[in-house]
Amino acid sequence: MDKRLIGKRVVRNEDPRLLTGQAQYVDDVNLPNMAHAAMFRSEYAHARIRSIDVSKARAHSGVIAVYTAEDMGADCYPGPPLVSPPPTVKDVIFNSRRQVPLVKDKIRHAGEIIAVVIAETRYIAEDALDLIEIEYEPLPVVADIEKALEPNSPLVHDDLDSNLAAHLVQKKGDYESARASADVIIQRRFTIERGTAAAMENRGIVAQWDAKSEALTVWDTTQAPIPIRNGLAARLGLSESKVRVIAPFIGGGFGPKIMMFYSEEMLVPWLAIKLNRPVKWIEDRRENFYATTQERGQVHEVEMAFTRDGKILGIKDDFIHDTGAYDPYGLTTPLNTQSHVMGGYDIPNFTSEFRVAFTNKTIVTPMRGAGRPHGIYVIERMMDIAAKELGIDRVEIRRRNLIKPDAFPYEHGIIDQAFAPLIFDSGNYEAVLNETLKAVGYEKFIKEEQPRYRAEGRRVGIGVLPFIETTGVGPYEGARVTVEASGKIAVATGVGTQGQGHFTSFAQVVAEQLGVDVTDVRITTGDSAHFNWGTGTFASRGAVVAGNAMHAAATMVRKKILKLASKVLNAPEEELELEDGMVRVADIPQSSISLSDLAALANPLRGAVEPGTEPGLEATAYYGPQYGPTAFGVHAMIAEIDPETMMIKILRYVVTEDCGTILNPLILEGQIHGGVALGLGNAYYEKLHFDENAQLLNASFMDYLLVGSTEMPRIEVHHLETRSPLNELGTKGVGEAGAIPVPALFAQTMEDALYDYNLEIRETPLNPNRLFEIARKEKTA
Amino acid sequence: MEATTQKIELSVTVNGTRYERAIEPRMLLSDFLRHEIELTGTHVGCEHGVCGACSVLMDGEPVRSCLMFAVQTQGREIVTVEGLGTVDALSPVQQAFHEAHGLQCGFCTPGILTTVTAFLETNPNPSEEEVREAISGNLCRCTGYQHIVDAVLLAAKKKQAS
Repeated sequence: MDKRLIGKRVVRNEDPRLLTGQAQYVDDVNLPNMAHAAMFRSEYAHARIRSIDVSKARAHSGVIAVYTAEDMGADCYPGPPLVSPPPTVKDVIFNSRRQVPLVKDKIRHAGEIIAVVIAETRYIAEDALDLIEIEYEPLPVVADIEKALEPNSPLVHDDLDSNLAAHLVQKKGDYESARASADVIIQRRFTIERGTAAAMENRGIVAQWDAKSEALTVWDTTQAPIPIRNGLAARLGLSESKVRVIAPFIGGGFGPKIMMFYSEEMLVPWLAIKLNRPVKWIEDRRENFYATTQERGQVHEVEMAFTRDGKILGIKDDFIHDTGAYDPYGLTTPLNTQSHVMGGYDIPNFTSEFRVAFTNKTIVTPMRGAGRPHGIYVIERMMDIAAKELGIDRVEIRRRNLIKPDAFPYEHGIIDQAFAPLIFDSGNYEAVLNETLKAVGYEKFIKEEQPRYRAEGRRVGIGVLPFIETTGVGPYEGARVTVEASGKIAVATGVGTQGQGHFTSFAQVVAEQLGVDVTDVRITTGDSAHFNWGTGTFASRGAVVAGNAMHAAATMVRKKILKLASKVLNAPEEELELEDGMVRVADIPQSSISLSDLAALANPLRGAVEPGTEPGLEATAYYGPQYGPTAFGVHAMIAEIDPETMMIKILRYVVTEDCGTILNPLILEGQIHGGVALGLGNAYYEKLHFDENAQLLNASFMDYLLVGSTEMPRIEVHHLETRSPLNELGTKGVGEAGAIPVPALFAQTMEDALYDYNLEIRETPLNPNRLFEIARKEKTA
Repeated sequence: MEATTQKIELSVTVNGTRYERAIEPRMLLSDFLRHEIELTGTHVGCEHGVCGACSVLMDGEPVRSCLMFAVQTQGREIVTVEGLGTVDALSPVQQAFHEAHGLQCGFCTPGILTTVTAFLETNPNPSEEEVREAISGNLCRCTGYQHIVDAVLLAAKKKQAS
């Protein structure tokens, strides 16, 4: 019998509760005597508060309290820097400015919180918001990231000389000499604009203070409950053991629910203590558009040096990254961009310089992809342009430059987002490309199908391109695995879960070691009362970092089981098998003991636990990689476009992903499908439209278009498995992969479809209207 | 401003149980379900009728519970996700979503399940295109819809077989 569970298409343990409305989300927490908070937010993006009067709101029937920054006093100070100190790169500049719970004097983006109303119901709290009287002094607004860095720009932070939040240069080889010896130099400028993660569940926090035991319990829609627990304890002067943070079922994370220390996250627990009442705050969708972090604003000026036969000699990329009004999350996103601007190619010379700009916009932190799509957009657009200029097929020019299988580990000599060396651990890039070309029928399409379409007057294009994803970064995660008296396995880890199937994929890892059913492994994630060490769910790291901690803990428990069973069954450990919740002596089925009985023997009520041993069949293990594994994939797309309306129809979408060992292909495919859907949104539907006053013009789902079921094509997913040598399981991350190459692929496909327009796309996101404008301009140019 | 405090007596049947409550006329149906009678399976994603997460069945028809006042359900029959099946006895649609991995974070799922349950009553043997059209009023950020579509097609097959 095949005992392997890793790699099996197992259906999810968590589904039945989710499918029947029994799974608890933050807004489902309902406590006796609970009060409800509503936030009074700034209408202006940049303004001074001249005066604020909350007396009428306070007097309103049903209002319990209203707080402004002044009322909060000395407790109103900024959140902690989350990724600090800045990276150890020579001459790095990093100006750390963080958000506060309530703004006292100067507003730095629309939607910042100025006051909070707490009332008996949410309805009353919102009524009272209308009773707050405020006078603003509007200030000139910093809305554009390039203008933000011009000498005469208004300042987002008055104590700084400019809006420069950070400056960092990284180099590999010598770009200038590469340039001097190049046959062809290509220069371009690319602009990438903001979108929003739009998790279906908005953010929310419920805090409960037990004054008698001085214990705080917080339910938070966070991807990282342990750092929130630690930060809250420090902030509120409580022992960490007296603060419990629970991230229950979370309705999608995608980055912005990371350990931000959002203003509300600092405010609501403080209010619960202050008022000695449970307090709930649930974000509404409009607030989510203004107050939940966003991503993707960058402008790149890039130059590449090539030989005549298409070999890349070097790349030089200068870019500006928009961090919004504050930069609590450090340089993660622009560092990620830097790590991905070389894509999966062997590039000997590289210079990358970025400047991060403060603007009067919502804070920027990682969102699914997290700077990576930008890097891939830049390199892959440049490869397309180079292919055209050099007259080389776009697949062929990529093939000539992909890192070869024998070049791994491939060291870049720069640092990544985790300040670890950027090293690609393993891969078989060309094989992934070949698999995709075969699956999509590239040759046949180019030679037979496309000419036929074109003869019919139809504009059908194909796109194919590779991407890398750095994943699974440190510092560490942990897991505790316990065989309970029932024979079931209890597992706890600190990472939060937002739909990734952790209750199943982690269970597979543990069940395989312990010879039990996947359904007999009960996982607890994201509750500091169950496991209080860890960082969180981000950077496509769950399956790598928490997964390998699970594996290590389960392996330790397996050893304990074998040791004890060997004694009980009087048989050598090598002859024992773990299967069906039993330990059996191989070939002697009647000589066996259940895990349940064994767990009881390991935790006896009489007798003695031998010196040097521990009671129970339990182990805790941690996994912390020196650097993360790098996954690779190739996406291909065939799409038809109507040049009159610029409406598209995607006819084929093929993904080949190599994320090392696959834990569960069903879950993996789901992750890729969702990633591609977000990527298509980023490419052609979703753009946050800010005006020159940094006012968001499309802050609703009516005006901000998410991809729907009728826009999504069927996605064909293929797999290659190049195990990572960095960890026992051989896993690489995949959570963000689907989203990363899509805008670049979309641009390539559209250029190919609109072949007679001589189109060169240098911006993303597009939409039908914008594409029409660009196409018309280029055609008449 | 005076809060609208005058309450109205509401009598409504939810998942086969009759509830009688005195509520403010401005109370949304979604808030009534979630907070008054504590059926928190119905989720609220946008509060402006676009995302579809809050969809419930009223007299068998899908409605957005965030776009209705609870008092508008006077004397009506409401079915929420809790009324479709239980953990131990999933409905055919729920079972199909389980088998086809038609959900990830699960937040949009209740609205999709109610919508699909009603859809398969009117169209028991839909094409993929019809399924995509039927769920086009429900947003999902996790799945890219493919496994949801697979789940609906599987549910149709299961229902036909039973």
